[in-house]
Amino acid sequence: MIAPDPSSLPSSHQLPDQQRVVITGVGLTAPNGNDWASYRAALLEGRSGVQPYEIRYFGKTLAGICDYDTRKYQTRKEIRRGTRAGSVGVYAAGEAVGHSGLDWDNVDRSRVGIYIGVTEHGNVETENEIHEIKGYDYNTDYWSHHHNPRTVANNPAGEIALNMGITGPHYTIGAACAAGNAGLIQGAQMLRLDECDVALAGGTSESIHTFGIFASFNSQGALAVHDNPAEASRPFDTERNGIVVAEGGCVYVLERLSDAKARGAEIYGELVGYAINTDATDFVLPNPERQAQCVRLALRRAGLEAGQMDIVSTHATGTTSGDAQECQALREVFAGCKRVHFNNTKSYIGHAMGAAGALELAGNLPAFKDGVCHPTINVDNLDPDCALDGLVLNEPQELGGVEYILNNSFGMLGINSVVIIRRY
Amino acid sequence: MTNDEIREEIIDILEDIAPDEDLGDLDDEKSFRDQLELDSMDFLDIVMELRKRHRVQVPEEDYPQLASMASTVAYLEPKMRDIVKN
Repeated sequence: MIAPDPSSLPSSHQLPDQQRVVITGVGLTAPNGNDWASYRAALLEGRSGVQPYEIRYFGKTLAGICDYDTRKYQTRKEIRRGTRAGSVGVYAAGEAVGHSGLDWDNVDRSRVGIYIGVTEHGNVETENEIHEIKGYDYNTDYWSHHHNPRTVANNPAGEIALNMGITGPHYTIGAACAAGNAGLIQGAQMLRLDECDVALAGGTSESIHTFGIFASFNSQGALAVHDNPAEASRPFDTERNGIVVAEGGCVYVLERLSDAKARGAEIYGELVGYAINTDATDFVLPNPERQAQCVRLALRRAGLEAGQMDIVSTHATGTTSGDAQECQALREVFAGCKRVHFNNTKSYIGHAMGAAGALELAGNLPAFKDGVCHPTINVDNLDPDCALDGLVLNEPQELGGVEYILNNSFGMLGINSVVIIRRY
Repeated sequence: MTNDEIREEIIDILEDIAPDEDLGDLDDEKSFRDQLELDSMDFLDIVMELRKRHRVQVPEEDYPQLASMASTVAYLEPKMRDIVKN
């Protein structure tokens, strides 16, 4: 079988409305905001969501912590039964559907699909159970019967389905820290395949509740340390020293353009291009060549040139080598592109893992309306290896009109993902 | 423990398992399921909590004994009468 040349594929605006996928709702909780508007305001005001944090075995550290109202969409029993990732997902999905203006009571729930990206799932619950049975001399008779339903990989998506009575397909997409974008991409694909009419797509993370993630990043020399929590996550700065782990979630309502138009929905952007590829070179170290290829593939599929992008939301996590390598990839792809501006959201909220890609895109989407590129904060001394023309540092920048946003999200085992959203 | 104390323990467990329920009007003679939204996983929670809190083992064949408060207390009385309430 001969694969089609992506450059020969029709670009989005040449497709019929039934094949065009648009965003009609955004729901989220981030360490610095529990709805889209307050999150955007925090990004424009330079407000961090990183706080002191302590977790068993590991001890004192820093984390991006969410304080959403868990009872807004869940009963106490649902919260007790489920997982934090599920709860975050339920909240984000509930907010997204509310925001979308869908007549939810009359939506055919068998035609709703749930596609939720996760970096990892089950570590929190497994650690909890081991901690619990330690008090019973490791007798597994005391191991909870809730363990399996909490740790199956589809749990966060399944909890959304249970909570909202959705009977269409639901599953998670395990894609390390590229998962938020991967969830969006999966949702778009399923709409195009007519597997569903509404896709709830994005990502969720409960990662701050597993000590293992902190301990592992620490052992890797990749966990951020700073006296001031708000300054700990500092991609591109010479003093960056690692990742701040965060929790959070972001779910989009995606619909085919034809359906969105038919119901008169407000459209917040059109997904015009995407790509996922793989480094196949290392478990943890990124590969700028493959990252650049991924960006170029997404651009080609969208029928766009690099120079047409207005905002590139970087993945940079605050590690010494990772940030520089992404900048190397971006420098290569966007060389000479005067229009493009680069920013980074992890500098505010830390790394929300499976939710990162979806959250970071959400923080930038309002630029279609207000024309402002939020900055990367905490850059006191720009690392020359991270210098990019158009890097927006510490202060928001008025861009005038914004037509395209490109969102990078990369993950361990060499997974790269890119989505491109067009103003509608 | 007296029967009243065993009942208190069960109420305490139910408050954790079914935190949205009002247990004040519970009729001890009626089955839990007729009065509360409890499913099989919740009943396993009752069994697990008895095991964790009081080291009381409830074998699977005895689960039907936990149908109502009255039957639960009657079933647990011989297992818990020698336990001193904290």
